[in-house]
Parts: sequence; C-alpha cells; structure tokens
Amino acid sequence: MAIVYQKSAGLTDKEMHYCPGCNHGIIHKLVAESLVELGLLDGAIGVCPVGCSVFAYNYFNCDMQEAAHGRAPAVATGIKRTHPTQAVFTYQGDGDLASIGAAEIVHAAMRGEKFTTIFINNAIYGMTGGQMAPTTLIGQRATTCQSGRTVEQAGMPIRVAEMLSTLDGCVYAERVCVTDIANINKAKRAIKKAFEKQMNREGFTFVEILSTCPTNWGMTPLKAVDWLKENMIPYYPLGVIKDTGAEVK
Amino acid sequence: MEKELWKGNEAIAEAAIRAGCDCFFGYPITPQSEVPEYMSAHLPKAGGVFVQSESEVAAINMVYGAAGSGKRAMTSSSSPGVSLKQEGITYLAGAEVPAVIINCMRGGPGLGTIQPSQGDYFQATRGGGNGDYRTLVLAPSNVQETVDFVQEAFDIADQYRNPVMVVCDGLIGQMMEPIEWHPVPKRKLPPKDWATSGKYGRDHTNVINSLYMAPEDCDQHNVHLDEKYAEIAKNETRWEEVDCDGAEIIITAYGTPARIALTALETLRSAGLKVGLFRPITLWPFPEKALHDLAGNPHVKAFLDVEMSSSGQMLDDVRLSVEGQKPISYLGHAGGVMPTVEEMVQSAKKALKEVK
Repeated sequence: MAIVYQKSAGLTDKEMHYCPGCNHGIIHKLVAESLVELGLLDGAIGVCPVGCSVFAYNYFNCDMQEAAHGRAPAVATGIKRTHPTQAVFTYQGDGDLASIGAAEIVHAAMRGEKFTTIFINNAIYGMTGGQMAPTTLIGQRATTCQSGRTVEQAGMPIRVAEMLSTLDGCVYAERVCVTDIANINKAKRAIKKAFEKQMNREGFTFVEILSTCPTNWGMTPLKAVDWLKENMIPYYPLGVIKDTGAEVK
Repeated sequence: MEKELWKGNEAIAEAAIRAGCDCFFGYPITPQSEVPEYMSAHLPKAGGVFVQSESEVAAINMVYGAAGSGKRAMTSSSSPGVSLKQEGITYLAGAEVPAVIINCMRGGPGLGTIQPSQGDYFQATRGGGNGDYRTLVLAPSNVQETVDFVQEAFDIADQYRNPVMVVCDGLIGQMMEPIEWHPVPKRKLPPKDWATSGKYGRDHTNVINSLYMAPEDCDQHNVHLDEKYAEIAKNETRWEEVDCDGAEIIITAYGTPARIALTALETLRSAGLKVGLFRPITLWPFPEKALHDLAGNPHVKAFLDVEMSSSGQMLDDVRLSVEGQKPISYLGHAGGVMPTVEEMVQSAKKALKEVK
C-alpha cells in the first residue's frame, strides 16, 4: 500500500484545540510543510502569540517560545539576531499584531529583521470571546460593538500588509486566504517564498492570511467561508502587496 | 593590580562584555544612556549583538527571545523605563529565563527627575509585574562593586534560571571611580539544555513558556518557583556589617546612602557615639535573619534607616526583620536630594537620645 498523504513531520501528534471550521489548523499545516520542504525544520525557532494560537508551541515540531501579548516580533528579533542562520518565525493574530503589538511589528519591519511573520486576520478577538479587533469590518458585530463597528467610534479597519509595505525593511508582503484548494496552494507558495527570502537574508517577510472564526462570527463553518469571501476580501484584497526581491540586502 | 578610572555606566557595559554577554537590547534614558552607547560601540567588536529597541517593552522582550534561546542577554534602563520592562520581567521569571537587568535609579514617581534616587526598591523586591515571583536584586554602593556584581550576575542568573537585577542609582552610573578588573569567580553552571536553540535531532522540542491552563499545574509551577527562591535565599543572601559589634545605634542603608553613612560613622564615633552600619547587598533576598539577630543584641538600642526615598521603602524590610525588638527612625529624601552626613549625624544622635 502506498502512502499518498500523511501529517507533516513539522507537526506534533498533539490534538489541536481549535474550534470546528477555524482556519488555524490548515495554516499550521502549511507552515509546518513549508519548513519541512525547505529543510528548515530542524533549526527552526517559532514564536507564538497570545490569542487563539497561544498553544501553537504544542503543535509545531520545532523549538518554540511563547511571547507576551503583542511582543512576538521583539522576541523573534532577540532570537534571530543571535541565531542568524536559522529559520525564525512569529505566528500572530490580529489583536496581538495589529493592536497591542503594533509598535513591535512596525519596528521589526522597519529594521528589516530577517524573520517571517505569519499574520492571521480573522477580524475579531477569538480567544477572549469575540471582541472588536483593529481589523473588524465596518458594520461587523462584536461583543464590544454589538450594533456593529462604526467609523465614528473605532475608525476604519487597518490593512497591515499595506502599512508594513511602506517600510523599506519589509521586502515581501502577501495577503492570502485558505478558503479552498486553489487558495490554500497559493497560501503555501507565499509562506515558502517568505521563508526562502528570509534565509536569503533579504529582509522582513510577511504573510497575512484571512481566516474564518465561525464561533465568534456566529456562523456555520461553510457560511463563514462565504462571509469571508463576500466581506473580507473586498476590503483586504488578496495578492502580493510587495516583493522587492534583491533590492534590499 | 593596576587601577583604571571608569565611569559607572560605561563600566557596567564593559563588565557585561567581560562576563560573556552575547547580546544587549536597550533604549535611551537618562541617567543610564552611556550603557547602550558603550555597548553599541564595543559589543559587536567582541562578537556580540547590539540592538537599539523601539521601546523598553521591546528591549526586555528581545532579551526574553535571546536568553530563551540560550544566549547571555542584558538590558539596562532607568526607573520609568524599568517600569515598562515589568511585563517582560514577570515573563522571564515565569518561564525561568536567565537575564541581567540594570536599573540606574532616578527620582519618581512618573517622570520624576533625572537625579539619583532609590524609589524603585518596592518595584525591584516586590515584583513590579504580575504574579508570585522574585528577582535576585544586587545593590552595589560604588563602581567597583557594580562591575563585580554585573559580572557575577550572569552566572547567578544562569545557575538559577532566573532574572537578576543590579540596581544602582544615577550617582553610581554617572560617577567616575578607580576600579580594578580583578577576576570574578566563575560558577559551575548547568548546561542550557532547555534553550530554544533549534531542535537539531533532539527527541523533543524545547518550549519557553509560562502558561499553565490547569490550576493545579499553575499551582505546582509556583511551588517549584518557591522552592527555587528558598534555595536562592539560602545561598545568595549578602550583607555587610561595619562596626556593629557593641554598637548602640545601627544605621541601615544600601547603595549610595550606605557610602555616605561611612563618613557619618566616623563623625559619630569621634563624638563618642557607638555606631554601626548594616548594609544589605542583596535587596532580595533581604538579609532578614542577620538583621533580626543584630536587633536582638542587648547593646543595640535603636536603628536609623537612611534611603534616597521620601518615606522609606527598604524601611518595610528593616521593620519586618527587626520585628519590634528596637525602635527604628527614618531619614530620607526623594527626587535626587541626598541625605547628608550632617543629617545622618543629627538623626542618629536624636534616635539614640530618644531611647536613653
């Protein structure tokens, strides 16, 4: 009997705690497969956030550090600067990265830190129970904007990939989603490219992944996929936002 | 050995490099900015890493990342900046990551003043961050002790997998003094087999973490930390006693005021008073038993606690140690004003007069 598919060696056997329909599982797999396929897993060091993926250190089969809320890019800076030949990544949600950790991600990008950030944008705080995130869409309901987010109250949602792209230190930023096979394949290509460019020491690399949160959106997993396509993609367009290649050394 | 003239803050940085500090992460703040300045110029030449961080918050988290992955890491700041580092310090303590943190104390609260102070005693010894944790706190009273303690701090941190703070004040940081670079004893240290330095064939992943979802697990983690803190208290408590034998009045002071007190001692002795100095060198663990025992001596009539703090912070530990055996007076100033020799002399005389 031939094995046609198996769990990535980049993941442990630990059962994941994520809700049904959550995209974290798919994205974990893509990151793990990318590290394995690029031969980087053994030396890889990851940093997980505070948020739904706080337990990612149980799932990735590489050394991991758990950071304080929002501080993953600073932690990764300390790791990468002292382990310059190893693959280093942060895995962060939108509350962690775009709100409380906004300073850390901006300055890591500005310095052109040679690590990769995987940014999960599901437009809501998941772990704490569905509060408004900086990425929550106008009109979208959350437990801290129960009639829907308004511009007057909270401003317009932040497009992080575009913002970081304005910094010369950020050499690669792409926004992807994992709603279907074609997009999952694109997401994996983006993650692999980010790691490759990291290992070429080109600069800071960033992959934003639009993700569903059926539990806090109050939808079935399938409905959540439709909602993401109809509402998130128009505001957070998919594609390569920046790829400066070898311009920044 | 040949003496060299060094400014406190630059000596701190050089001491760290000599102690094998692999990396330094810091942010400018008066009166400690010479530490990152010196590090930026000299640490890379020694093969180390220097990063000027965007904030003290980021600096302490860079320390967490580097030290968690097995490197000797240090950060330095002054009072308002050390406030910002408290989140990172509790994570270091919780995840048992060894690191060295310098606080060159200035006056507070808030923005306070850039002049020397000792207003961060509570923050350093009680833990400014959340949760039940301890940092070992070394308090030098001159530049020589500062360079010795900074070098030793790395070994202490590694031995116990715990953050170690060296707290001096703006005076020590800014002052130039002759020092000797004498060898500091090296400890036998356990291997950093816990570090997230990359798996490389290891049969398990290493994880740096302070999260325990099950209450029993978090409780057990705290029990483990408590056992470690008890071990630190047993092995590392340090203090100095000057002329305490037969003394009727004991001045308690650390850091710069302890140094000023040495002159006050001479004046008081020449005036015929029997006076001694009890100087805690580790603020945590506090030399509680030694001070308690000293207070129990029949010849000791009273204590005078002197600090660069408005109403006294170490005073709480002095009271807890003396346990009401003898009366305790207090002399202190905040905001960069230093207690003078004359004030100490008058306060000591007054304290003694009140009990006689």
